[in-house]
Amino acid sequence: MDIGFFVTWFKDAAEQIRLRRDHLTELDAAIGDADHGVNLDRGFTEVCKALEDWPPTAPAQALLTAGTTLIRRVGGASGPLYGSAFRAMGKALQDPVTLPGFAAAFEAGVVAVQRLGKAAPGDKTMIDALAPASRALTAATQEGLTPYEAFHRAAVAAEEGSRATIPMRARKGRASYLGERSVGHEDPGAASSALILGALAGVAVKEATKEVD
Amino acid sequence: MVGIVLVSHSAGLAAETVALARSIAGADVPLAAAGGTADGGVGTSLDLVERAIRAADQGDGVLLIADLGSSVLTARLVTEPGRIVLADVPFVEGTIAAAVTAGAGAPLEQVLAAADEARGFRKLAD
Repeated sequence: MDIGFFVTWFKDAAEQIRLRRDHLTELDAAIGDADHGVNLDRGFTEVCKALEDWPPTAPAQALLTAGTTLIRRVGGASGPLYGSAFRAMGKALQDPVTLPGFAAAFEAGVVAVQRLGKAAPGDKTMIDALAPASRALTAATQEGLTPYEAFHRAAVAAEEGSRATIPMRARKGRASYLGERSVGHEDPGAASSALILGALAGVAVKEATKEVD
Repeated sequence: MVGIVLVSHSAGLAAETVALARSIAGADVPLAAAGGTADGGVGTSLDLVERAIRAADQGDGVLLIADLGSSVLTARLVTEPGRIVLADVPFVEGTIAAAVTAGAGAPLEQVLAAADEARGFRKLAD
């Protein structure tokens, strides 16, 4: 996993978020303030621009640039949350990047989100997608799976975690003001986390195909 | 004097709360508003928060008071123990209590304690 891997991850995540922007905003319209898709689209577009304007010299730097850009450019809660996650990942990531190293850095990112947002699993937040993804990644690493298999499992875990937020009652964020009315809607933050993990699995497929070529 | 920065989703709410606090606590209390996004939308801007901290900082510390969600998260990102602290208080009541105490020349921990007291203040208690 070199610098190019991480830059492609952010580009593909930006693309996924752009394509699903209206869907994320619809989810947020149900239980939030209907700006999640727009905010994240703008933030990840700025991330891609920042990575072009200041080409990173190490994978960790790509993560730090992305995190700082999201914190500065996204006006909603997802900016500080995703921004802190990527920055914590960047600070924890060792070069050269191995799968166990990535899994440990990802875990550090999830811990940073939990610490900043003070959310726990079951609160109907992005943690409900990120925490299972992190566990899947660590387990896959211990089983000695390839990056592609590990990232695929993490993406599936994030997707399942996101769907599992539908029956939950929100205890954090704007949705918590709705109380019972938040039940029955997928959490937009968990949904965008699943998209970002999906992009990660997609990049790993590209890398695996490249090796076969 | 301790500075006070109001972090809100709304530029109007932050600015009007600063104006209200000044009218009660006095014009020399260093209060600064960081409301809305940099382009005038609803949300929080780290750039505006940092600018407001610079404007309110006289060297005696800065108390941050935030309204909801991303305001709290963004404010938490810029805290520095003992120098820039975030109060967990109602936006208006906490601001007035902090501004009056800061205006009396109290140190940062006393300004924070005054804001904290505002959280338990009952409006309709006997």
